Amino acid sequence: MTTIAGSQAFIGFIYLVASGLFILALKWMNAPPTARRGILAGEIGMVLAIGGTILDLAARGKLDNFAVDYVWIFAALGIGAAIGVPLGLVQMTAVPQRTALSHAFGAFCVTLVGTAEYYLGVNGSGITPFKMSVLCCEVILGGLTVTGSLMAAGKLQEVLPQRPITYKGQNFVNLSLLAIAVIIAVYLVMHPGTPHLYPIMVGIALVFGVMLVIPIGGADMPTVISLLNSYAGLSAAAMGFVLNNKLLIIAGALDGSSGFILSVIMSKAMNRSFTNVLFGAFGQVAASTATAQEALPVKSASPEEAAGILAAASRVVVVPGYGMAVAQAQHKVRELYDQLTKKGVDVRFAIHPVAGRMPGHMNVLLAEADVPYDRLMEMDDINGDFPQTDVSLIIGANDVTNPAAKTDQSSPIYGMPVLDVEKSHTVMVIKRSMNPGFAGIDNPLYYMDQTLMLFGDAKAFVSNIVKELSGGHG
Amino acid sequence: MGTALIDGLFVFMLAGFIGFEVIKRISPLLHTPLMSITNALDAIAVVGAIVLVGESKSTLAHILGILAVIAATSNIVGGFLITDRMLRMFKSSRPTKS
Repeated sequence: MTTIAGSQAFIGFIYLVASGLFILALKWMNAPPTARRGILAGEIGMVLAIGGTILDLAARGKLDNFAVDYVWIFAALGIGAAIGVPLGLVQMTAVPQRTALSHAFGAFCVTLVGTAEYYLGVNGSGITPFKMSVLCCEVILGGLTVTGSLMAAGKLQEVLPQRPITYKGQNFVNLSLLAIAVIIAVYLVMHPGTPHLYPIMVGIALVFGVMLVIPIGGADMPTVISLLNSYAGLSAAAMGFVLNNKLLIIAGALDGSSGFILSVIMSKAMNRSFTNVLFGAFGQVAASTATAQEALPVKSASPEEAAGILAAASRVVVVPGYGMAVAQAQHKVRELYDQLTKKGVDVRFAIHPVAGRMPGHMNVLLAEADVPYDRLMEMDDINGDFPQTDVSLIIGANDVTNPAAKTDQSSPIYGMPVLDVEKSHTVMVIKRSMNPGFAGIDNPLYYMDQTLMLFGDAKAFVSNIVKELSGGHG
Repeated sequence: MGTALIDGLFVFMLAGFIGFEVIKRISPLLHTPLMSITNALDAIAVVGAIVLVGESKSTLAHILGILAVIAATSNIVGGFLITDRMLRMFKSSRPTKS
């Protein structure tokens, strides 16, 4: 008896230390100088928790006389690590789909454990209503996160169509599916011994995950990834309730709140509510208002002219968008930054919260190209500086610079916070052609007096500017 | 079971509040590495799966447990690895104090 209590105190203490380390890990993530310490704290916590769990198993195995299957534990850990390494080495442009995939893996683990616990309970000592209700939360949230995240990853990797797929009565179908799953869950809580209903509930959760992400377009992916992150965390917390494991509850709550905060930030940055992202199907609205106006005069400039204007400026703000990453232009943009900085020009980068395909993605892409992070400015910090800015250079961004979001109530993006680039003395936009961008919304910025269009491929155009700056002048 | 539920809810609520306060302070610069590290930490669910495999109370639990350990471990290893790779890229233009 004392040994059982001793073992429980031991593993409880290990989990307590691990919980503390996890919280410290996130605390240290708040700024780049301490962030890598955060990883170390997280890793130590993780190793302690896994090691402690295995030691605890060994102790209980001896006490209760069961053989612990070490072979499969370590084999599975090894296989998982072997899969994890390549997933940790993907390109930075592929991080959004990698993240979506890892949400799916995390939720997959949680759903499988929940399922195993259910059948162990039903075929064994039975399941209390409390355990059954949290177990249902666990597998419903887990199940929909698995398939939803796989869909999101597929859309981001462009193996699935990125355009939203919608049909009449879609919201009704989706909500009905969710309702049926919840009704089955309630029935299972009251009658846990009806195991034929369990797979139906899990199946509906899996289908619901697919249906949930089908109507969501590529531009809304940052919100969806954050939301799925939150669901993955909450399902893990529910698993903590099922297993009465406080470390899991804490880790799940941290992950859940992190995902929730990020989705709120993303929704605000697009001026949309959660429900609007999930049930709105953005692309539909946008497509109908495109092609409204055409053939307005625009001014264009050559790389030589652009280089001259940039060299004469004293303050330049670069506004990068996902188009820059698609064109793989970030390294050339860094060279441009180096050239201009050498000439004494103050160059900063204005990062809109939804630039990129997931929260903070653009910062990572620019950091990878060796742009110092203290040159990367958030929207709220730089918007007041545009009137004192000589040149705003927009590379591969469109909607986040659209002044119609502030003035045109009929615009589908009306109310979305945007970068006030039109207040700077000169605006230069690198763009392939006048075709409306990803969301299909026309941008009045392009027809303004201070705007120069630089037509061409982002990478080629920037490298021509760099050539001009390094050769022509000295 | 009743006290376990209440205990769990206490822990959940407090951890939720701590999460909000801590994560609110994280610079948007680091939101992508934040998501990858919370993903790795979330894979602590592996401990539940390890117990399933170790105890192997039924064949089903054993197999599901093995798959769950594989999925979670790939998140732990991949998540920490990519977070570290990202954070190593963040450099300041100001000389760091040494």
